[in-house]
Formats: sequence, C-alpha cells, structure tokens
Amino acid sequence: MDALHDAVFWHRLQFAFTLVFHYLFPPLTMGLAPLIVALKWASLRRGGDAGLDAAARFWVRIFGINFAVGVVTGIPMEFQFGTNWAGFARYAGPVVGHTLGMEGLFAFFLESSFLGVLLFGEKRLSRRGHLAAAVALFVGSWLSGYFIIATNAFMQHPVGHAVGADGRLELVDFSAFVLNKWALLQYAHNMTAAVVLASFVVAAVGAWYALQRRHDGAARIFLRCGTTAGLAASLLVIVPTGDLQAKMVARHQPVALAAMEGRFTSGARAGITLIGQPNVAERRLDNPVEVPAMLSFLAYGTFHADVAGLDAFPPNDWPDNVELLYYAFHVMAGLGTLMVVLMAAGCWCSWRRTLPKRRPLLWALLLSFPLPYIATTAGWMTAELGRQPWVVYGLLRTADASSPSVHTGTVVFTLIGFCGLYLLLGLFFLFLIGREIAHGPEETP
Amino acid sequence: MIELWYGIVALLLAAYVVLDGFDLGAGALHRWIAHDDRERRAVLGAIGPFWDGNEVCLLAAGGALFAAFPTALASGLSGFALAIFLVLWSLILRGIAIEFRSHVGDPLWRAAWDAIFCGASTLLPVLLGAALGNVLRGVPLDEHGWFDLPLFTDFSASPPVGVLDWYSVLTGVFALVALAAHGAAFLAWRAAEPVHERARRVAAVLRLATGALWVAATAATAHVNPTIFHHLRDRPLAWLATAAALAAFVLSVVAGGRGRERLAFVGSCAFLGGLLAATAASLYPMLLRGVGVGARSLDAENASSPRHGLAVALGWFAVGLPFAVAWFVVQFRLHRPREPVAPEGEGY
Repeated sequence: MDALHDAVFWHRLQFAFTLVFHYLFPPLTMGLAPLIVALKWASLRRGGDAGLDAAARFWVRIFGINFAVGVVTGIPMEFQFGTNWAGFARYAGPVVGHTLGMEGLFAFFLESSFLGVLLFGEKRLSRRGHLAAAVALFVGSWLSGYFIIATNAFMQHPVGHAVGADGRLELVDFSAFVLNKWALLQYAHNMTAAVVLASFVVAAVGAWYALQRRHDGAARIFLRCGTTAGLAASLLVIVPTGDLQAKMVARHQPVALAAMEGRFTSGARAGITLIGQPNVAERRLDNPVEVPAMLSFLAYGTFHADVAGLDAFPPNDWPDNVELLYYAFHVMAGLGTLMVVLMAAGCWCSWRRTLPKRRPLLWALLLSFPLPYIATTAGWMTAELGRQPWVVYGLLRTADASSPSVHTGTVVFTLIGFCGLYLLLGLFFLFLIGREIAHGPEETP
Repeated sequence: MIELWYGIVALLLAAYVVLDGFDLGAGALHRWIAHDDRERRAVLGAIGPFWDGNEVCLLAAGGALFAAFPTALASGLSGFALAIFLVLWSLILRGIAIEFRSHVGDPLWRAAWDAIFCGASTLLPVLLGAALGNVLRGVPLDEHGWFDLPLFTDFSASPPVGVLDWYSVLTGVFALVALAAHGAAFLAWRAAEPVHERARRVAAVLRLATGALWVAATAATAHVNPTIFHHLRDRPLAWLATAAALAAFVLSVVAGGRGRERLAFVGSCAFLGGLLAATAASLYPMLLRGVGVGARSLDAENASSPRHGLAVALGWFAVGLPFAVAWFVVQFRLHRPREPVAPEGEGY
C-alpha cells in the first residue's frame, strides 16, 4: 500500500506507460527504413521494377502512419524528463542534455524534413532523388536511436563525467560519454532487434497475402525480404550483440544479472535457468529447470567461473522488482530463440521457393508478428528494471530523481489522460494500418 | 559563453515561434477560411510538409535548454507540469490530425479531425503565450529553486498566482492573434485559391488587432513587472530589436496591402523575431524570475551547466546548425507556393 502513496511510484508508472507505448512505434520505423531503402535500391538497379516499386510504396505508406504515431508519442518523453524527473534533469542535465540536444539538431530535423518528401514526393522527384529521401529517413531515424541509447547508456554505465563542487554531474570527457562502450553494444543489440521486428511485420503481411492467395508478387517479395533480413537480424540479436551485452551486464551490473537469472546464492559453475519462479521472500527459485554451468560460461567464458548471487549484495541495492525483471529477461530470451527458429524455417523455404505452399508455416509467420514487439518491450524492461534502484547507476537513486514540486494528484490525473489518449491513438492506428494492409500494395487507396 | 547560450536558446525559441507559428496560425484559422474539403486540403497542403520540422525547433530549444541551463529546465517543466501536459496533449492530437485526416475519405472522419486540428491549433498559441506571460510576471520559486503553480487561482496577477491569470491570458490571446495573422500571411503567400484570397483579407484585419494587442500587452507587462523596463537604457539590443519589430510590422501591413504576399510574410516573421529578441534582451540574464517572500530567481549564471560542457555543446551546435538550416532550405525549394491541391491519396 505504501507504494500507492508514494509520488515516485506514480512518476515511474506514468513514465513507464508512456515510454512502453511510444516504443511500440520507433522499432518499426527504424527497422523498415533500411528495408525500404533495400527495396528501392534493388528496383533502381534493375532500371525500375514495378513489383519492387509497388512493394516499396506500400511500406512507405505503413511507415508514414507508424512514423506519425512515433513522433507524437515521442514528444512527451522529451518533456517528461522535466515534468516527472526534474531531480534527474537538474543533477544529470549537464551531461545527458548533450545527447538529447544533439538528437534534435542532427536527427529530428533531418527526419522531419524528408518525411513529406518520402511520403508524397515520388512523382515530383527522380528515382534517385526519392531513394535519397528514403536514405535520409534511414539515417535520421538511426541517428535518433543512437542519441537516445547513448543517453540511456550513461544512466546504465556513467562515463566521461565528474561530480562537481555543487554535487551535480558535469561533463569531462565528451568522446568517452558519446562513445560509451555500453552505448555501442546496446545500440547494436537494439537496432538489430528493430530490424527483426520490421522483418516479422513484413513477413507476416506477405504470409497473409499468400494465405489469401492474392497479391502473389508482393507476397513473394515480402516473404523473401522479411525472412532473409529476419533470419540475419534475429541471429545477430543473440550473437554477438545480446551475448556481449549480457557479459557487460555481468561485469558492470552483477546484481542486475543475479536478479535477471533469479540467482539468490553465489557460487561457481552457475547454471542458467530456463524456467522457474523466483520466490523472493524465501530467497530461492521454485521449480527450476536449469542448464548446469552455462551461466558461468556465458557471463565469464569458463564453466568454473564464480557468479555472484543476490546474497552478495545488500538488499538495498537489489533491483526493486526482482520478479518482473526475471520474467522480462526470460520472456525476451525465450522469444528471441523462438524467433530464430521461425525465421530459419521461413528463410529456408523461401529460398527453395516452397514457402507460398507451406500453409502451416505461413500461418505461423502470420501469427508471430506480435512476438518481436513483446520481446523488444521485455528487453527494455530488463534494461530499465535491472538499472534500479538507480536512475544514474551508482550515482543517483530513482527515489531522489523525481520532481519534488509535482504532487501525486497531478501525476495520476495526467496518467489517466495519457491512458485515454493513447487508447484512442492505438485504435486509430490499428484501423488505418489494417485498412492499408487490406487494400494491399498494387492499387493506391 | 553564458550570454551566447542564452542567445542560442532564445534564437531557437524564436525560430520555433516564427516557424511553427505560421502552421499553428493557419490551423487556428483553417475552419474559418477554408470551407469545403478541397479548400481545407489546400491549407493542409501548404503547411503539411513543414509542420513537423517546425515543431522540431521546440524540441531543439528544449534540448539546448537541457544542455545549457538544466536547472531552469527542471524547475520550469515541473513547476508548470499540468500546463505542459495540456500542451503535450494538444501537440499529440494536432500532429495526428494532420497526418491521419486525409487517409480516409469519409466526411465525418475528416470533419472530426478538422475540428481537433483547429481546436488544438487555437489552444497551443494561448498556452505558449501564457507561458511567456508567466516568465515575464515571475513565479513563486522556493529557496531550492522549485515551484508548483496551479493552473489557475483567482485570475488576479498577484500572489497566490496560477499559470492563468488576467495577465497571462492577455499574453496568450496576444500570441493567438499574432500567430493567426502570421498564419494568414503564410496562407496568403502559399495556399492555392480561393484560400489565398480569403487569407489576404483576414490577414489585414488580424494585423490591426495584433498592433492593438501589442500595445495592450506591453502596458500590462509594465504594470505587472516594471523591473523589466529598468535596464532598457543600457540595453541597445533591446531598443534595436523593438525598432526592428516595429519596422517589420509596418512592412507587413504595407506589403500585405499591396499584394506583395511573400514580403508581407517576411515582415511578419521579422516582427515576431524582433519582438522575442527584444523580450530576451530585456530579460537577460533572468530565466525564471522568483516572486514572493524569500524567492530565489534562476538566471543564466546560477542555472547553467559548467563552462566546459557549454564549450563542448557550442562545438556540436556549430556543426549541426548548418545541416538543420540546409534541410529547411531544401524543403522550401521542393514545395512551391500555390501548388494545386494534390489528388486524393497523394499529399495532406
């Protein structure tokens, strides 16, 4: 009950809600952008291929709707650093203000200028010009991703800063801050995950048309493009990017790793848990199904390595929601594995040209498009819950980061407002996307 | 260095007002000067390619404020939290209205989004103008530099104040009318017939109203916060900017009267820019003025990031700004004035 009277709880809930909803959209934007560039480039190389052009045009329309929702739900995030986390903004602003400022200047201006050109400029521009607009969107959205990840990486693993005389952070080493090792690895992991997500969406639409036996040409292109990019990206998400990220967590946030794995006691030859239920009160994992010594190997490269459990740390420093963190991590990892299997099967059949006839596999591809959305959300929950109880790791606790002058009544009111608004937004988004998919790629609706 | 960053933040905010101002103004007018669907698509077609880039100026200004004056950003956004959320919701609804409206041909669908677009475009200038009014009037900062304002109290401009009182509502209405005139000038220059002609006539009326409200708002500011005008004698920049704003205002009236629409729009831009430059020059170094007992003000000195960080930020800002300007130029060159309304399914 205490939590419900605590303003920080409501700030966290509001920020988590608006952020999770927002981040349903950017991965498709960032993942589709290179696929659109690839489709348009392939067409250009063939001196103009009607099928590829129609496919690119279709995904540009989806991209436009998705991008719009991503933009408008992203604007609040920028302001919520001040409205909800003024303590953080004041403390860490002299450092993280840089990446947030650079995002606007380098990424948002680029994206916003060329979105209209990409959406509506196909007739007024040459093929090359229109491809250039697609490349601009690709670069802009990926730059934007980097600046946000660099901001988050500083919160996960602060580098390049010093604590000033007034107790606030200051920037000391700009390149160390911007090229934070954590940022580079997290970016690689996150961006390949975005490509996985877009690939699943593209493949699912292809599977839908193949099952309906319409838009045959488009279905073949979507399935080929989606499964090929999907297999490559879903492998890269696990090795090397996910693996390296986990090793980095093991080194810099060992207590988060312990909680992610539901590991309460320290020791050598640590096993990796496949299934089990963390029982925090009793400090044990119930009904564990484990692969012995695997965690030692994955985290430290040898089967004998010692892996710290939660007992090695004061409970005060534990992530404050061990259960949710544990499940978020396991959901992400489990779905990541499943997605490789699905994409491998799809890709194999697609290159052997038997995929349009394999209806069970098409059904599986169609129904699996939510999986990368869930995995991406769970992945970010893992990162953010694992960072707790800190907002800037080891430096500023979340409890000290919220806005002291904003009271709970305001936060609850605006949370309710966001719930209503985003519900409407989601419904309109689904309606419009559904309409585009029902129309299909050939004719312009 | 601090002066420079104060100037950059002011410049980006002014760029936001001048650029997003024309699409906000056009939005606020659009239900009144564009009557059928085709005319409304002419309005949307004129601002459609620009609104998102214009809005990015607000984010860029926020980013610059975050990097250079994080303490002011933290206090300002949390103190005005409820008003900020109203701004955010309006921005969300407005952006979605522009982007979603023309996807479906159904008249009810379009009418609904038109109403939302127009309503949000009307509310936003009022809120933004009221925000400026609050900065000019001052806020009750405590000794740690935090404050918490209700949305409204008794509408008197004396403590306990709310975000909205007679003074900030006046500045809000001034902002709405000034931006509507600005939007009308833009549409008179860029929109296809018959919106172009109607915008011309509306712009002429709104310019007169803007002039009258300018005088009223200045007098009210002198009443609410006379200290602003104390430094005027030794601030040539403030004088110059005011003179420039006045000249630009006259230019826009004269050029508008003679049918030189582009020149009238340029005058309108310079008027808004000059007005904001004059305001910033007289406010400097204040960011958030504290009012009331024991109030602590936040100024460019005590709210800034350490010097090294400011110097670094100047580096990336100098690299990024030319690119941002270049994208705007490309944008304006790709889309010509008074292009015919795009066929259904292509364009806004």
